[in-house]
Amino acid sequence: MALLELDGVDALYGRIQALRKVSITVDKGEVVALIGSNGAGKTTTLRTISGLMHPASGTIKFDGREITTTRPSKIVELGICQSPEGRRLFPRMTVVDNLVMGAYTRNDKPAIASDMDRVFTLFPRLKERRTQIAGTLSGGEQQMLAMGRALMARPKLMMLDEPSLGLAPILIETIFSIVREINSQGTTVLLVEQNANKALEVANRAYVLETGVIVQEGSGRELLASEAVQKAYLGM
Amino acid sequence: MSNAAGARPSLRERLNIRQRIRDRDTAVYGVLIIVALLFPLVTIYATGGTALVSHATRAGYWVLLAIGLNVVVGFAGLLDLGYAAFFAIGAYTYALLASPQLASSPAHHAIHINFWILIFGSLLMAALFGAVLGFPTLRLRGDYLAIVTLGFGEIVPQLFYNFDQWTGGINAVGLIDQPLLPAWIQGPWSGDGDFKVVSPFNFNTDPVAYYVLVCFLIAIAVLLVTNLYRSRLGRAWMAIREDEVAAAAMGINTVTTKLLAFGIGASFSGFAGAYYAADVALVSPDNFLFIVSITVLVMVVLGGMGNITGVIVGALVMYYLVFYLIPGLPENATSLASSIGLGSLNQSSGDWPGLGEETQRLNFIIYGAILVGMMLLRPQGLLPSRVREQELKHAAVQEEEAAVEQLHAT
Repeated sequence: MALLELDGVDALYGRIQALRKVSITVDKGEVVALIGSNGAGKTTTLRTISGLMHPASGTIKFDGREITTTRPSKIVELGICQSPEGRRLFPRMTVVDNLVMGAYTRNDKPAIASDMDRVFTLFPRLKERRTQIAGTLSGGEQQMLAMGRALMARPKLMMLDEPSLGLAPILIETIFSIVREINSQGTTVLLVEQNANKALEVANRAYVLETGVIVQEGSGRELLASEAVQKAYLGM
Repeated sequence: MSNAAGARPSLRERLNIRQRIRDRDTAVYGVLIIVALLFPLVTIYATGGTALVSHATRAGYWVLLAIGLNVVVGFAGLLDLGYAAFFAIGAYTYALLASPQLASSPAHHAIHINFWILIFGSLLMAALFGAVLGFPTLRLRGDYLAIVTLGFGEIVPQLFYNFDQWTGGINAVGLIDQPLLPAWIQGPWSGDGDFKVVSPFNFNTDPVAYYVLVCFLIAIAVLLVTNLYRSRLGRAWMAIREDEVAAAAMGINTVTTKLLAFGIGASFSGFAGAYYAADVALVSPDNFLFIVSITVLVMVVLGGMGNITGVIVGALVMYYLVFYLIPGLPENATSLASSIGLGSLNQSSGDWPGLGEETQRLNFIIYGAILVGMMLLRPQGLLPSRVREQELKHAAVQEEEAAVEQLHAT
């Protein structure tokens, strides 16, 4: 069953069209990847979903409900949480405070505490650094915190924007295995990546975005094997 | 990376300064309370008059203003250069509704509402206008926001000038009612030696009463702001200050959160305004010019943005500097020169205007130099917030650690 459904979404920045008739579905329990080069519209797609910008036309449905023009705070309450591009932590707040901010829309204190334990189990490094301010973490730790913070909202759908950006290869490995683990614990994941290779390995399905248009879709494996994708994104 | 963990316990101890800062706050509050209690006793005993208590009273409303502006600038990170406007709105709310002023206005009826009710009326009025100003500024950030608030700060005194049939314009509003209490104890501090219970009591008969009142107002403000800071709303403000887009992505309604920052920040200056109007008993648009907004902002920044104790101390230090030390300089310089035998410097001759006059002319340079010096020596403020402190502490540790991690990566 489709958890998230974008139907013919157009998005504009002023007069520049960033997305053209983008249609994407994400089913419950899936990991879906959105790959494409710089400026293809990947981040814009996430921004329209999370309500940070509204599509010029087309509809977005989440969990059977239209959210095309819903405001961002409401969308978070409905169960979509984003780990934004560039992580966008609160640099002068502590690790714990960042995580608490992730649970901003929730009121159930005991459940928040147990979710924080869960995040600390997933990312033991964060536990070590709980009282440190986020701006002083290393790049990998910051990415972990961004994902942990998104998890704290207990989202039905978690959107990750370029989680591998600027990380050492060994850390990228760790991050993607955690994505898999988060998914196996029942969270649906929509993943935006330039690192197509990694993303396609993890994803059940994937879409290829090129200058605002979906040019290809298929299972992760299909796309990994696809010649066009290999040429354009995998450097083979 | 795991090897680096060996160095970490001591590192964490060094970084875990949350507790230490909280202790520091407690100590600062303790000192402030003791000083506040002893100040009138000591100064009246030492000087035989209440002039210094009146000074402290006036310092008090600057403290209130700084606490309020700190909510907007320090907590929510919204640079407000027109804060005096809310102070003016609070003061005029009280002045107009508790003086004979409106009798000569088109309303033809003087209104005299009780101080204790109207101080909250002024608070609400300022909060309302805070939110009104908030609306057009919601889409603005940083410099642009600062300029719009600057404009607001310029407009409001002009309105009070120009609606002169209501506000008296340049003639100011005078004869403002004084707060009344059913009973009050007078003693040596009131000017006469005897202890007696006065009932009913009018505040204008005892300057110490205003001092006590402002201390209470500050205590209330500190309690409110401390709780706000630790609340969900306080965290939302911090998040917006840090990164507005990320805050929105966390589900914070940035519109209402920012409006609340403006409204709540303004409400404290409404409080201070009503109190100021009663204390001075004369309110004119000239009391709320740009320099007031800037002085309050300097108090906040210099004290330690975001930290309540820092802001209070900053306000007191700045008050002393701006209203006591600097204005007193020419006189002090003159008497110093005479006492060390350089009295001839005090005479004007040729181009030399005399030491006193010269110091007078240099006042603003001295003031500016002190500000620049203080910011160079303590850029984080006198008592910085926990985060600022940790950031600075961490810079050194961070470098050390980056080096370690690089070693392990290779």
